[in-house]
Amino acid sequence: MTLVTVESLDCRYGLLQAVRGVSFEIGQGETVALIGANGAGKTTLMRAVAGAHRPHGGRVVFDGIDITRIPAHRRVALGIALVPEGRRLFPGLTVEENLRVATSRRRGRWNVKSVLEVFPLLQPRRHVAAANLSGGEQQAVAIGRALMSNPRLLLLDEVSLGLAPVVVDAVYRSLTDVIREGATVLLVEQDLTRALKVAGRVICMLEGRVVLEGDAASLDRDRVVRAYFGLKRPA
Amino acid sequence: MTLVNAVLQGIFLGAFYAVLACGLSIMFGVMRIINLAHGDVAVLGAYIVFVIVEHTGVSAFVAFAAALPVMVVLGYILQLTVLERSLKAGILTPLLATFGLSIVIQNLLQLTFSPDVHSLGGSAGVVTTSSWQVTSGLSVSALGIVVLAVAVLVFGALQVFLSRTRAGWVMRATAEDADAAELVGIDSRSVYARATAIAVAIAALGGLFLGIRSVFDPVSGPTQLIFAFEAVVIGGMGSLWGTLFGGIALGVAQTLGAQVHPQFAVMAGHLLFLAVLIVRFGGGRAVLPGVRRALLLRTAR
Amino acid sequence: MKVQRWTRTSSLFTGGTAVLAVLLACVPLVFDPDVVQKLTTLLILVLLAAMWNALAGYGGMLSVGQQAFIGIGAYGTVFFARQGVSPYMAMILATLLAGAISVPISLFALRLRAAQFAIGMWVIAEVISIIVRLDQNLGAGTGISLIELNQYEPNFRQAYTFWLALAFAVIFLAALFFLLRSPLGASLQAIRDDEDAARSLGVRVAARKRLLFVLAGFGCGAAGVLVVANTLFIEPSSVFSVQWSAYMIFMVLVGGLGTFEGPILGAILLFAIQTTFTQGGPWYLVGLGATAALFALALPRGLWGTIEERLGLRLMPVGYRVVEAQREKKVA
Repeated sequence: MTLVTVESLDCRYGLLQAVRGVSFEIGQGETVALIGANGAGKTTLMRAVAGAHRPHGGRVVFDGIDITRIPAHRRVALGIALVPEGRRLFPGLTVEENLRVATSRRRGRWNVKSVLEVFPLLQPRRHVAAANLSGGEQQAVAIGRALMSNPRLLLLDEVSLGLAPVVVDAVYRSLTDVIREGATVLLVEQDLTRALKVAGRVICMLEGRVVLEGDAASLDRDRVVRAYFGLKRPA
Repeated sequence: MTLVNAVLQGIFLGAFYAVLACGLSIMFGVMRIINLAHGDVAVLGAYIVFVIVEHTGVSAFVAFAAALPVMVVLGYILQLTVLERSLKAGILTPLLATFGLSIVIQNLLQLTFSPDVHSLGGSAGVVTTSSWQVTSGLSVSALGIVVLAVAVLVFGALQVFLSRTRAGWVMRATAEDADAAELVGIDSRSVYARATAIAVAIAALGGLFLGIRSVFDPVSGPTQLIFAFEAVVIGGMGSLWGTLFGGIALGVAQTLGAQVHPQFAVMAGHLLFLAVLIVRFGGGRAVLPGVRRALLLRTAR
Repeated sequence: MKVQRWTRTSSLFTGGTAVLAVLLACVPLVFDPDVVQKLTTLLILVLLAAMWNALAGYGGMLSVGQQAFIGIGAYGTVFFARQGVSPYMAMILATLLAGAISVPISLFALRLRAAQFAIGMWVIAEVISIIVRLDQNLGAGTGISLIELNQYEPNFRQAYTFWLALAFAVIFLAALFFLLRSPLGASLQAIRDDEDAARSLGVRVAARKRLLFVLAGFGCGAAGVLVVANTLFIEPSSVFSVQWSAYMIFMVLVGGLGTFEGPILGAILLFAIQTTFTQGGPWYLVGLGATAALFALALPRGLWGTIEERLGLRLMPVGYRVVEAQREKKVA
C-alpha cells in the first residue's frame, strides 16, 4: 500500500532550481535510500516532503491526503518526522528536554523511556545539554527526537555525516531495530555500501532529477556509480 | 550614609527598570527583535489602567488586573500583524516597523488623551506614600520594596517557566532554532505570539509602576525604551537574569550620578551603557586592551 | 552583452538636474522671503533624506541618532558666532565640527550590531543634548537665537541661507553621486547585500562604512546649520529631538531605500504633506508613522524603488546595466 507519492516536484531557491520534476512512490514498510552527489537536491527533497520547504510546483501526497500546502509542524501530527541534516538539536536543552519538546498527540510505542532503551548510550547523559554531547550521542538524540512523534514515515538526512565509522555502525544497528518494527523510512546516505545494505530500494538523484531507481538487490554497483556521477550511459 | 542610601534607592529604581526591560529582553531572546515601540506599549498599559481607575474608582492594582487581559490580546494582535511580517524580512525591518508603530501609538494616545501628564500614585493607596526610616540616613519606601519583590517574582516565575515547563522548553527550542522546532511539531508562530503576549503584559506592569512612581504622558514611551534597552545591554543581551542585574546597575548608576549633580543622573546611566558597549564590542585603540580582555573572558558569548 | 552606465534617459536627466540647480539658484531673486524660507526647508529635508539613505540604504546602518549631528551643527553655529566669527563662516565651521566629531564616534559605533547601533546613536544624541543643556552660554534648556544674523537685512539673509542650502544640497548629493559611481560604490552595494561575503572578497568593509558615516555626520551637521539659519531660534528639545530621525526614516522608506532618487522623492513628499497639514498635530504624525511602518513591511523598496523595478528606469547613472545583445544568431 502506497504511503507517500511525490508527483513532479519542483523546488527552487530563488532562481536556482534544486529539484526538477521528481516523481516516486514509497510503499508502507519500505526502506528507500536516496543517494546522489552533493548538490543533487536530496536534502531539498527531504525538506519538501517534511514540509520545511515550499515547492514551486508538483504535489506530495501522504496516505491519500495532499499535504503540499500543509506546514511542517502539522505534518508531524500526521505522522511525518525528519531527522535533519546536521542534526539540528536544541543546544541549550538537555537530552530529555530535546525529546520532550518533540512529543505529539500521536500514540505509539515511542516515548522518552523507550527511546532511551533503543539508545542506551544516552541514558547516563539524560540531563546533559545537547551542546555538550559527542557526535554520536547527538545523532542518537536527533533520531530519538524524530521518533517521539511516533511517525509513520521517518526521514533521515545523512545520519552518518561527520561521525566515526564505529559510531555510524552503532547508529545503524539501532536504526535496524526501528526499521524491523515496520516503520517506513526514506534515508539519504552518502556511503553507498551502507545505503545498498540497509535499503530495499534505491533512488539516485543528479542535478535535481531522478536518474536511477530500482531494487537494491538487483542493481549492480557499477550502474549506480555511473548514475551517481552522471557518466554517460553505454549505448 | 547618603552614599549607601543612594545605592539602596538605586536598587529600588533599578528593579523598576528591570521590570520595564523584561519584556524587551523576552522578545529579543525569543525572536531576536528589538521592539522600538516597547516603551510606548508600557505607557499604553498605564493609560488603560488610568482609564479603568477613572471610571470605576478601584485601586490601580485592581485596575491592572483588569487591564492585563486587554494587554495580552493586544500583544497577540501586535505579533500577528506587525512583528510576524518583520521576522521574515531583513534585520532592519523590525526596527523600522516598530519605530513607525511607536510614533503611531504616541500620537494616538495624544489624540485620545490630552498631552497632560497623569499619575496613578493617587489610586495606589498607601503603598505610594509609606516608607520607613531604617537609620538616620537610610529610608526604605513601601513602593520600592513592592517593585523589587515583584521584579524578583516575575523573573523567578519566568525562569521556572523556561526551565521546568514543557511550554518553556518549547519556547527555548523555538528561540534556538525555529526551523528545527517546526520539524518536531512546534508551531513557531504561536510560540512567538505567546512570547509577545507575555512581553507586552510585563511591559504593562512596568507602565503601572511608572504611573505610581511618577508621572506619564503620551510621549513618555521613548524615554522608557531607552532605559529598558540600556538595562538589557548592561546585563547582557539574551540573558534573562542579566536583565534584572542590568536594570539594577542602571538604577544605581543613576542615583549615584544624582549625588554628583542632580542633572547628571540620566547621563550617568547613558555613560554606563556606552561604556559597556565599548568594552564588550571593543573600540579599537580607544580602550585599554587589558580591561577588554578581562571583561571579554567574563562575558563569553 | 554590454555593460553600460549611461543610458539616454540618464544622460538627459543628469543634464536636466544641472539646469535645475542653476534655475533654483534664481529662486531668491524671484520669490518672496516666505517662499524662499519654505524652499530652504525643502532643501534641508532633501539633504537629511540623502544622508540617512547613505547610512541605511548604502551602508546598512540604521541610525536613530543622526539628530546628534543636527544639534552639533545648529549649536556649533551659535557657539562660533558668539566667539566673534562672522555668521556664515560660523556655519561652515560648525559643519566641519559635526563631521570631525563623527570620526571618534565612528570608532566605536561602527562595531555595533543593528539594534545596538540604532539605539546607541540615539543615546549618544541624548548625551550630547544633555551636555548642551548644561551650558548656560548656549542658552541651557530654554534655547538660543542666532542674533548675529540680524546684521543682515531679512531678504538678503533669507537669500544667503537659501543659496547656502542649495550649495550644501548640491555638494553632498554630488559627493554621494561620485562615491556611488566609483569602485567604492560597487563595494558598498556588496557590503549591503552580504557583509561577510564582501569582506572575504577583500572589501575593506570598516573603511567604507566609516566613510559613509562621516559623510552623513557632515551632511546632518550641515542640515543643523541650515536649521538655525532658517529659523533663527533653536532649543535642545527640538534640535536634538528623535523626531528628526522619524522624518528621515519616513522620507527614505517611502521614497526608496537604497536608491539615489528615492530620498529626494521622499523629501518632496514629506514637504508637501507638511505644508498641507500646517496644523500638524497628532493626526498627521499618526499617518507618517503608520505609512513608514507599512512601507517597511509591504513596500520595502519604497515608491522609487518599485517604479525603478517595474519600469527598469534609472534616471541617475549610479549603477550598471547589463544589456542583452540584440538578435544574435543562436549558438548550437
